[in-house]
Amino acid sequence: MLVSKVREALICLKAGRVTLGYPFAPNDPKPGFRGKVTVDPDLCFGCGGCANVCEAGVIVVSDREQHYRLLEFFWGRCTYCARCEEVCPEGAIRLSGQFETATDDARDLCMRLEVFMGPCQRCGRCFPPPTPLDKMMTTGFRHGLEGGRA
Amino acid sequence: MLEALCKKAFAKALWVYHANVGACNGCDIEVINVLTPYYDAERFGIKLVASPRHADVLLVCGPVTRQVAPALKRLVEAVPNPKLTFAIGSCATGGGCWFDTYSVMGGADKVIPVDYYVPGCPPRPEAILYGVALALGLVPKKVAEERYKQETLEELAEGKSAFAGKT
Repeated sequence: MLVSKVREALICLKAGRVTLGYPFAPNDPKPGFRGKVTVDPDLCFGCGGCANVCEAGVIVVSDREQHYRLLEFFWGRCTYCARCEEVCPEGAIRLSGQFETATDDARDLCMRLEVFMGPCQRCGRCFPPPTPLDKMMTTGFRHGLEGGRA
Repeated sequence: MLEALCKKAFAKALWVYHANVGACNGCDIEVINVLTPYYDAERFGIKLVASPRHADVLLVCGPVTRQVAPALKRLVEAVPNPKLTFAIGSCATGGGCWFDTYSVMGGADKVIPVDYYVPGCPPRPEAILYGVALALGLVPKKVAEERYKQETLEELAEGKSAFAGKT
């Protein structure tokens, strides 16, 4: 019995320290980890596809003014399914590797994006492109065709 | 003086009581994971206790179902002051996918006062450890409310860009 205890102690000594040094040493997640949602305000053109597919209703789209569309991300309730990243035609939404999102204030878990919608030159209202082909050409109009993924 | 002593002692050993209020068990597994030797929350003095009357910290997992809400209120009253409440996971933080369904209150903060929020579905054990370290004042807070605004046509014509620094 004593021998088995000694053997166990030796095994424990051989293993060394196994505890992570985490809060004091960084421990980054593996690639492919889905963390906090980030949006590139330069690329988004306000199609609202992300809000359409969001499981938890994180993304709320509202048209406050004529030329502005407001996208609000209440990502405190995000389930990190990455459907928004999948459907975003411009690749504006990305799920970063950021996981250190603990906070003491619920208002920190919110993101607002005001998207400028291109209005019609004559009537001043935002308009949908007439054909799917036009839509493809309009996608990425802010930075040319190399601006986005489409 | 007693208050100062309490504050000092509070940072040394936090005894936690873990309450599942309608969680899917994902967050519970991660909480138990934090207490294993690999993540070792016990080096901060954190210990899981069996009764809320022994606890300093209440870990709430799950989107508080309607049936469990009165029990959760009584549970919070049972924890002696000073106490901390952690909302672990997206469900406890904001309600998750169930934030507006009929049988769910939609987040722990709708029922009880919450001190710290740890979002994630489920949060990584590291994320929970980070929340604990944040409560102990070992690490800085890394998230804040974000506001972005795109430039108008006029501003674009003038060559002004809200994102001039970016390429």
